[in-house]
Amino acid sequence: MTKRLLLGVVALVLVIASAYASFYIAPEERTMGVIQRIFYFHVASAWAGFSAFLICFVANLLYVWRRDQKYDWLGVSAAEVGLAFTTIVLITGPIWAHPVWGIWWTWDARLTSTFILWLLYVSYLLLRTLVEEPDRRALLSSLFGIFAFLDVPLVFGAIRWWRTQHPSPVIMGGANSGLEPTMKAVFFFSAFAMHVLMVFLVLERYNVEKMSDEVDVLRRELETA
Amino acid sequence: MKNLDSVFAAYVIGWAVFFVFYITVARRTATLRTEIDRLKNSLPAGSKK
Repeated sequence: MTKRLLLGVVALVLVIASAYASFYIAPEERTMGVIQRIFYFHVASAWAGFSAFLICFVANLLYVWRRDQKYDWLGVSAAEVGLAFTTIVLITGPIWAHPVWGIWWTWDARLTSTFILWLLYVSYLLLRTLVEEPDRRALLSSLFGIFAFLDVPLVFGAIRWWRTQHPSPVIMGGANSGLEPTMKAVFFFSAFAMHVLMVFLVLERYNVEKMSDEVDVLRRELETA
Repeated sequence: MKNLDSVFAAYVIGWAVFFVFYITVARRTATLRTEIDRLKNSLPAGSKK
């Protein structure tokens, strides 16, 4: 069993355990009832997505500095995985919002900045399809990736700086916020499980980039042989 | 329980996104592995790694 496959099995076990904990261990929230259980999936996915974008940002900076293709592979891998997690946030959010707010979507600060974040990383991936030359593609997408990451702190701060429709933070939200201890434990466990899954998916996606490069090298060798 | 169907939908759709993403990556990996094997077999014997 390879290390990556082992990590995949661990991630699967952790996410199943976190889903179980979300439904059977976390107590039911008094105001919202059962629908609040989406919180453990929705917010944990958002945190894992932010972490993936942070990996992408660091990889982009390192590429601009070192010009090593491996950082470009890591950047695109983390961007794709972060985009998958943000897609889940944008799907589960409205499913949670509809019974609670009575609407699926509103252009409030948090929702809008998250949607912009999603669009920015879609653009990052589209940009890569438009430039054929590998070094130029890596540099342009790294510069765009550095710019795109500027929206992450904006998404994080949106519910702290502007009080609109989205609820105020219950984690790291200051003196008047907080979670019931069991809810907090289940949330952090879910966030940990999502992070393990995120790392596994980034490594799997990175392997695709590595193998693509190997194909290119072999093709060149074959042409010159 | 009220809204249980919405919670169920959120989890199912969420897991579907991960599943589709993983299947896409796994298929790309399998295709590339086949291509690498084919190219390695096409190389002249002396230049094979």
